[in-house]
Formats: sequence, C-alpha cells, structure tokens
Amino acid sequence: MSARAIRRRAKSAVMTGLVAGLALLAVLPLLFIFGDLIHKGATSIDWNFFVKSPVAAGETGGGVANAIVGTGIIVALACLVGIPIGVGSGLFLAEYGNGRLGWLVRFVADVMNGTPSIVVGIFAWTWLVRPVGHFSALAGGAALAMLMIPMLARTTEEMVRLVPNSLREAALALGYPRWRTSLAVVARTALGGIVTGALVAVARIAGETAPLLFTALGNLNFSTAINHPMQTLSLQIYVYATGPFDEWHRLAWAAALVLMGLVLLVAITARWVTRERYGVR
Amino acid sequence: MTHGATDAPLKVKAAVHATAPPTPTRVRRHAKNLGDRAYAGVLTGLALLLPLLLLAVAGQLAVSAWPALKKFGPAFLWTSTWDPVAEVYGAAPMIFGTVVSSLLALLIAVPLALGVAIFLTEFAPRWVRQPLGFLVELLAAVPSVVYGLWGVFVLIPFLRTAAVPPLKALFGWTPFFSGVFYGNSMLAGGVILAIMIVPYIAAVSREVLLAVPAHQREAAMGLGATRWEAVWTAVLPYGRSGIIGAVMLGFGRALGETMAVTLVIGNRHDLSASLLQPAYTMAAALANEFTEATTQMYLSALFAVGLVLFVVTIAINALARLLVWRVARGTAVGSKAL
Repeated sequence: MSARAIRRRAKSAVMTGLVAGLALLAVLPLLFIFGDLIHKGATSIDWNFFVKSPVAAGETGGGVANAIVGTGIIVALACLVGIPIGVGSGLFLAEYGNGRLGWLVRFVADVMNGTPSIVVGIFAWTWLVRPVGHFSALAGGAALAMLMIPMLARTTEEMVRLVPNSLREAALALGYPRWRTSLAVVARTALGGIVTGALVAVARIAGETAPLLFTALGNLNFSTAINHPMQTLSLQIYVYATGPFDEWHRLAWAAALVLMGLVLLVAITARWVTRERYGVR
Repeated sequence: MTHGATDAPLKVKAAVHATAPPTPTRVRRHAKNLGDRAYAGVLTGLALLLPLLLLAVAGQLAVSAWPALKKFGPAFLWTSTWDPVAEVYGAAPMIFGTVVSSLLALLIAVPLALGVAIFLTEFAPRWVRQPLGFLVELLAAVPSVVYGLWGVFVLIPFLRTAAVPPLKALFGWTPFFSGVFYGNSMLAGGVILAIMIVPYIAAVSREVLLAVPAHQREAAMGLGATRWEAVWTAVLPYGRSGIIGAVMLGFGRALGETMAVTLVIGNRHDLSASLLQPAYTMAAALANEFTEATTQMYLSALFAVGLVLFVVTIAINALARLLVWRVARGTAVGSKAL
C-alpha cells in the first residue's frame, strides 16, 4: 500500500472518529439536563405536590395541582380547535394537494412551523384578550391551536400519502364515492399515523410558555373556568424560576420534572403507536 | 393486409390516452356527486385557513405597529434609545442581541448537529442509529422553559466557575470578552440557544442526508474513495442546499426562541461587543414588556418589534424550506423532531 493510500485511510478513520465525537458531544447536554431534572426535582415530589395548589410566597409546602389541571384544560382546548383544522388541511394536501393551492398551503404550513411562538401570543392577545378585556384560558388554547395546525397538517399529509394507492383504487372500484373512500378507507388506514402526529403536536405545545404569557396569563389559585386566567406547568416554572425564594426554585425543578415526564410520556406513546413505521429507519 | 393497417388504430388510441389521461378528479366532477363536492369544499376551506392565518398575523402586526413605525420611521431599526417615559423607541440593541446570540448559537451548534447527522446516516452501526436518533429527538422535545430553568441554575454557574475564567485568560484582551461576568449574558444566551437548536438542525440534516440516493455513495466508493471521501465528495455536495436550509431553519428557531433566552440573557437594552455582558433579544423584550406596556405608543413599539421578528423569521424560513425541498422534495422534514 502506498503512503498516499495509508494517509487517505488514516484521514478517513480520523474524520469518522471526529464525527462520532461531535455526535457524542451533542447528546451530552441531554444527559445532563435529564440528570439535573431528576436530581433536583425528584426529592420535592410527593403526594401533596400533585393535589395541592401553591401556598403564599415564602411559605413552604403546596403543590401544582392547579397547573397540572390547567395544562390539561388548555391543551384540550387547543386540540378541540387544532385537530379538526390540522387534520382536515392535511387530508386536503394529500388528496387534492398536487395543484398550486396545495403547494401554497404546504409552503405556508412549513413556514408557519417556524413562526416564533411569542408572535402567535401577541396575535392571540389582540384578537381574544384585548376585545373582552381580560386574560383567559380560551385565548391560551387558541394560541396553542395556531401552533398545532401547521404541524398537524404536514404530519397528516405524510401519513395519508403512505397509504398504498391500490387500497384507494379498490374502494373506488367497489363503487365508493371519493369522500367515503378518503374517510373510511384511506384516513382509516392512516389513523395510527394521524394519531401519532397529533400526539407529537400535543407533546410540543404542552411545554409552550411564550404564547401563554399574554393569553392564559397564569393563576395562583385552582381554576377550571375557561374564560378566566389559568395556570399551566410551563408558566409556573417560569414564575418560580424568576422568583427570589429557594422554595420556589425547588418547586420549579419539581414542576419541570413533571412537565418533562408528561411530554416524554406523550412523545414515547406517539412512537409506540407507529413503531413499525419508524422501525424502518 | 399489411401490418401498418392494424397498427394505425392502436397508435391513435395510445396517443389519445397519452394526451388526455382521465384524471380521477375530472371524472368525479362530471359525476356531480354531492358528497364528493361537499367533501372537497370542506377540506379546501380548512386548508385555506392556513394562508389566511398567516395573512391575518402579518396584517394585524402591521396595523398595530403602524403608529410607532410612522413616528420613528426606519430609524426604529438602528437607534438605540428605548425610553418608555419619554416615549422614544429604537430597537437596535434587541435586534443586535437577537442576531448576535443566534449567530453565536449557530457557531457552536452547526458542527455538533452536522456531526450527529453525518454520524447517524453514514458511520454509526445500525444498532446505534435508532437509540441515538431517538435521543436527539427527545432533546427537541424538551420545553423551552425547562432549558431556561437549567440555564439559570446549572449552565450559568458552570460558565462562571469553569468556562469564563479560561476564556478571559485567553481572550480577555479582546473587546469580546471584556468586563466582569455576572452570569446573565449574551454568552449564556448563545450557549443555551446552541443546545436547543442542535437537535433541530441535526434532525433536518439527517433527513436531507437520508434523501441522498445510495448510488452517490456507491459510485464514489466504487471509484476507490474511502468512506470519509465518499461522504465529503459525493454525499455532502449532493445535499448541500438541504443542509444550508437545515442550518437556516435552526437560525430561524434561534431568532424567535423566547423563554430560555429571556431567563439567561440579562434583559438589558445595551449595545456591547462583549459576550460577557447582559443583552436583550426581540422575543425577550416582548415577553418581559408586553404586559407592562401602559401607553399606546409603547404597545405599538412592541408590536413593531414583533413585526420585525415575524418578517425576518418568515423570510428565513421560506428560503430555508425552498432549499430543503430541492433535496428532499416536498417532504415535511423535521416534523419528526417534534
């Protein structure tokens, strides 16, 4: 083997090692973050943490029951609005999306996926908070729905496009009208994928804070009224992290651990629903 | 009977077929099936909501920002006074802070993210690909505010004790590392942003590299290239526009990222070359000051900040998508990165 060939092989080996090292370095922060979350958060989690609302500043004890329930309600509101529109848009893209309008909608969805969520927050504030004169969980849900729709549109489209055309043709050949073919055969077949898309979107919006700052606002008391301010875990973490009390910082870590746990639970469920599809890669 | 005579009708038939294939849409429309038309109408209506929403956001921001834009004109972008009492607003410090913190994040994140993407698609043994890919996707699932919390209580103390002293010893003479480091700073903002956008850039570039046809690699290696040479000369150039797009998507993310940055960047309307000093970003200004805006002009100035942020991120995202689509046509790359 010539010296040149040896040098080229050595370079290949070195670069492979370098790339592997960079990859390892990139994953390292994740391990640190998870480690710190468990280390600093787990000790503060007990039964009271889940069933009690926060106590006055400076006192010890209290929990985040209001924030857990609030997160659930606001995410549910977002799903109520976001899932029909997002999935409908996705079906449009997959079934009728080969023309110019399809290109436009696809492009806008992708671009909106990158819109800063804080901008969505001030948009929702202008339309849903300022006119009525008070903050509300409803406005928060609407803001989150706006973040959900473009994500869901694209994942739904991808999943529906995976359905083999032969299924569609078989249904049409049996005399099904196109709309029934689309809903009862195509969408039904892609249902697992659509559910995954929805779960992935839920996992992402559940941790959103910025769009809720001027809409749901936060609430230190337990509240289930959707036309009033409502607390979420993300808002609670923000308030506690910026506060001056050690007790608050402790609770912030615990709330972050709970939020992270919820998000991971949803994300892993999403993967599990379509495990065979992801397994290919 | 010649062969030509029998061939002719067939050819004509084939030609007709080729020029006017009966598309399903056309056939269905002729059938005038009420259900089909209603279905197409409803779906089209839902899909149209997306472009309308984009227009509504842009329009509303422009309308609300108009009073400030009219009063301060384009100088809003490069003057640095932000005085709610005197009602004088200039966004230069936050525009500067947004751009610098995001560029700093790219500087750190791009090599790491491309390392992950190249390793996952080209070098990693098969059993590593799935778990590592999953880990990267999990990193993308961590909420912004959790990164912020970690930044405040872990990253900043780490920077203060372990990272900044050597940096100051090496580069303290440059203006970029001058002054006293208190913690909340441009540097902290850039580093937390870098950690946040690594998984995003990695996920998109990974999908771009997966879309590179296998024959690119095979041809290069068939000519005697080593594995690295195949990647460097055949795979990366093929996916170049897509990777640039992935980096730009990450840049767009970093520009608009709010909570984590707000918690660590210091939130001060200052223009300083030093990375160790507090700074501000547009998103952080909105998060901090929007509910405090007491006058119409203050509110309008904040809307103007939102408009600038929106227009810049939309433009960067649009360009990035077009670049990514050139390699991975029409796919929703990055959608699996949550």
